[in-house]
Amino acid sequence: MRVLPSGTTALLLELDDLDQVLALYAALTEVRPDGVVDVVPAARTVLLVIDPSVTSLTALESAVRRMSPRPGVRRTGELVEVSVTYDGPDLDAAAELLGCPSEELVRRHTADEWTVAFCGFAPGFGYLTRADWPFDVPRRTTPRTSVPAGSVALAGEFSGVYPRASPGGWQLVGHTGLAVFDLSRDPAALLRPGNRVRFVDNGPRP
Amino acid sequence: MSLRVLEPGPLTTVQDAGRPGQAAHGIGRSGACDRRSYALANRLVGNVVGAAVLEVTFGGLALRTDSDVVVVTTGARCAGPWPHNAPTRLRATEVLRLGPPVSGMRTYLAVRGGLAVDPVVGSRSTDVLAGLGPLPLTAGAVLPVGRTTAPMPAIDVAPVAEPEAGAVLLNVTAGPRRDWFPDHAWSVLLSSAYVVGSDSNRIGLRLDGPQLEQCRGGELPSEGMVRGAVQVPPSGQPVVFLADHPVTGGYAVLAYVDDDDVDRCAQLRPGQHVRFRAPRAQRSVMRVTS
Repeated sequence: MRVLPSGTTALLLELDDLDQVLALYAALTEVRPDGVVDVVPAARTVLLVIDPSVTSLTALESAVRRMSPRPGVRRTGELVEVSVTYDGPDLDAAAELLGCPSEELVRRHTADEWTVAFCGFAPGFGYLTRADWPFDVPRRTTPRTSVPAGSVALAGEFSGVYPRASPGGWQLVGHTGLAVFDLSRDPAALLRPGNRVRFVDNGPRP
Repeated sequence: MSLRVLEPGPLTTVQDAGRPGQAAHGIGRSGACDRRSYALANRLVGNVVGAAVLEVTFGGLALRTDSDVVVVTTGARCAGPWPHNAPTRLRATEVLRLGPPVSGMRTYLAVRGGLAVDPVVGSRSTDVLAGLGPLPLTAGAVLPVGRTTAPMPAIDVAPVAEPEAGAVLLNVTAGPRRDWFPDHAWSVLLSSAYVVGSDSNRIGLRLDGPQLEQCRGGELPSEGMVRGAVQVPPSGQPVVFLADHPVTGGYAVLAYVDDDDVDRCAQLRPGQHVRFRAPRAQRSVMRVTS
């Protein structure tokens, strides 16, 4: 783990891979060092933000170095089931890019559990990963100006569900009626780091 | 008890202490851009810490109240008769009108009791990037005012410095991706004047000046950041992130503005010049290691 400076109120911890990020994030969720107001996991890093009136960056660094990461999160997080109608406008094109029939892409997408690695891009937008996901999906060459809420999408090594209508460049393979970000719910975000996700095929495509 | 907006000015939003603790869910902190002026405004009218106020960008706000209230403005002092940094009674028959600021960019208007608009995920702040919280004010909007029994502080005028009008010197430290840049870029950052761009907003200050070139190719996986991050996109023109910055960013962060100085950044106007100063130990072009 490398500890990188991030101003007077934060430290950036850099790790070797996503599994290490998940393990450290799980440990930080269990026992959060005093004075830490935000923990932000990402693909290779975890950012820790402090309240400088409660703790110092020096104290935080030594607390973090004493922590034991908790491996195996991919099997223990809260499970969220997402029912999907695989009728996305990019399903056939994405399957073609990946060199397989669209039925095969759907079968693989629903075959195993995904893990929310981190959030970003928009409130409640979770980046879902899976160790055995074989595809690296190119983004659309021209992003859409508006992607409907509930769109189930692929990009790079990730899958995701658009929480609200927004611009987006991911390949849309289907949609769900599940509100993954609901302001009246606490927490509003359903796809939170560490949670597991199973996509379920909602039936035959029209 | 409520306030009625007659004219919103260029941009007036409701702000409080924001949404700390939810960045892992993709929800940024947001909240008042100039936290010091915001906290002072609440203190001067005896509000609880974290009460909601108005953040008035470049003046232009006009409003009235349906019953007598105590209000105060802090931050950028606006032209006009309204007292600044001094709690004042606004009567039901009066109109409070703020002209353009004399210096600075953002004025905080606190009303005793706080603004009681509905909170969204734990805060009344408008996050202009994420589209969370109340919409920016429009003419005719009615803002409910809360009640408080807390004592009024016995302060007539708070003696605070006005926002700086000329060139501003900001304290920075090396950021997490300092090693993605050659020593030359670090020297350029610490020795050049940058101009605040007109496309700056609550998300960030866009700066215009000598290019900051990277020495390392390849893409940086997105990583978390806080306000004050000096991020350098491929154009080489730095951006200093403010309250509504994205939770994560994919461009290298060369430096960080000290958190206390980010409040000063929030008062900078397009066209103002900024320079950066690092602590003595980081001034030489020695490579920063962890």
